[in-house]
Amino acid sequence: MPDPIQTDVLIIGAGPCGLFAVFELGLLDIRAHLVDILDKVGGQCAELYPEKPIYDIPALPVVSGQGLTDALMKQIEPFKPIFHLGEMVEAIERIGDPAFRVTTDQGKVFETKVIVVAAGGGSFQPKRPPVPGIEAYEGTSVFYAVRKMEQFRDKRLLIVGGGDSALDWTLNLAPIARRLTLMHRRDQFRAAPDSVNKMRALAAAGAIDFKLGQVTSLEGDAGVLRAVNAKPDKGDPYRVECDAMLPFFGLTMKLGPVANWGLNLAEDLIPVDTEAFETNEPGIFAIGDIGTYPGKLKLILCGFHEAALMAQKAYHYIFPDKRLVFQYTTSSTSLQRKLGVI
Amino acid sequence: MVKITFIESTGKSRTIEAEPGSTVMETAIKHGVPGIEAECGGACACATCHVYVDEAWRGKVGPPSPMEEDMLDFGYDVRENSRLSCQIKVTEALDGLVVATPERQA
Repeated sequence: MPDPIQTDVLIIGAGPCGLFAVFELGLLDIRAHLVDILDKVGGQCAELYPEKPIYDIPALPVVSGQGLTDALMKQIEPFKPIFHLGEMVEAIERIGDPAFRVTTDQGKVFETKVIVVAAGGGSFQPKRPPVPGIEAYEGTSVFYAVRKMEQFRDKRLLIVGGGDSALDWTLNLAPIARRLTLMHRRDQFRAAPDSVNKMRALAAAGAIDFKLGQVTSLEGDAGVLRAVNAKPDKGDPYRVECDAMLPFFGLTMKLGPVANWGLNLAEDLIPVDTEAFETNEPGIFAIGDIGTYPGKLKLILCGFHEAALMAQKAYHYIFPDKRLVFQYTTSSTSLQRKLGVI
Repeated sequence: MVKITFIESTGKSRTIEAEPGSTVMETAIKHGVPGIEAECGGACACATCHVYVDEAWRGKVGPPSPMEEDMLDFGYDVRENSRLSCQIKVTEALDGLVVATPERQA
């Protein structure tokens, strides 16, 4: 086991509420590490609607999802948060009062006094294509990500999808696969034009097959895929013999491992108190969309408020012997020093 | 008011009144029409408000935008008459519109 990373606070989720929590904690001299399953910060703002306008952030008549994320990153810069992106928290174990050992799916281990769950709708996970019985093949013949390219050497591969992931893996795996077929619903792609051109050149040269269609069923035994049946919009159904299928259908939000952390849940949300937004486990807080309480609204601005109140209580866990004096950033010399403005 | 009929995959149908200016998805959610999930809240960022537009209405409703086509890639059993209902604006011209919901959203 690697040496655990020691921190005062571990924030799970780097969406707008997780990011703003860094600010509120930072004003109280509390440093944070953040873990997010996405490979970028911003959560839903960055993943679902980076270009879309948001109209209900106080004092910002309009801001895009990406714009809000960028502004938050600038705001929290003085507090030097440390990000662990592309990782999912799998397990939380209580080791003190409060103190926790937290493990990610990449094997990273944290020891933290306080946990802030700011996980929004849960974790973004690859969308499972709606093909009956596909679960039986997952991990053996159906893969939603490529961890090691070598496992696909000399295999007959079927890649399904029309975005950057589908196209990038088509280009990367074509040289090592025995045969590679790319299947997409239509002859247009969401991917970078350069990748599309390269893919078309490979198909024209006969190095790969490109087929129009949608997967209808899978053939195989005991998790070992033999062939995939598909049908195009127009024309006859067809069959592609393959050893592995790699569907790239984007991401969807699933509650995921949050359900296994020993927290009370109410309809996939975490009930919290409204004084500190603390869960049933002392030292574990939940803010933003994932928390619930009477009157809760899933608004970013509510999550910001929750972050501020959470930080006050977290302070007492982290500095049990210190008195907390409430201060304003406008007038407090000490806060302005922390912000690096004087 | 504009009337819209939603037909479930089971064949059950329901006609509801929609407000011009809103979207077909918003109408469905407001009235609890089963089979429309709208996970992203209408941002054209998922494909869980997918509907099939009745053949007779395809001309008036029109084709999906390129961005909507991109999202439809994630839909289940996408057909030529597939649309995302969050991208269909309700207008007086759509009075009587008939859409069917798929067997499942993505």
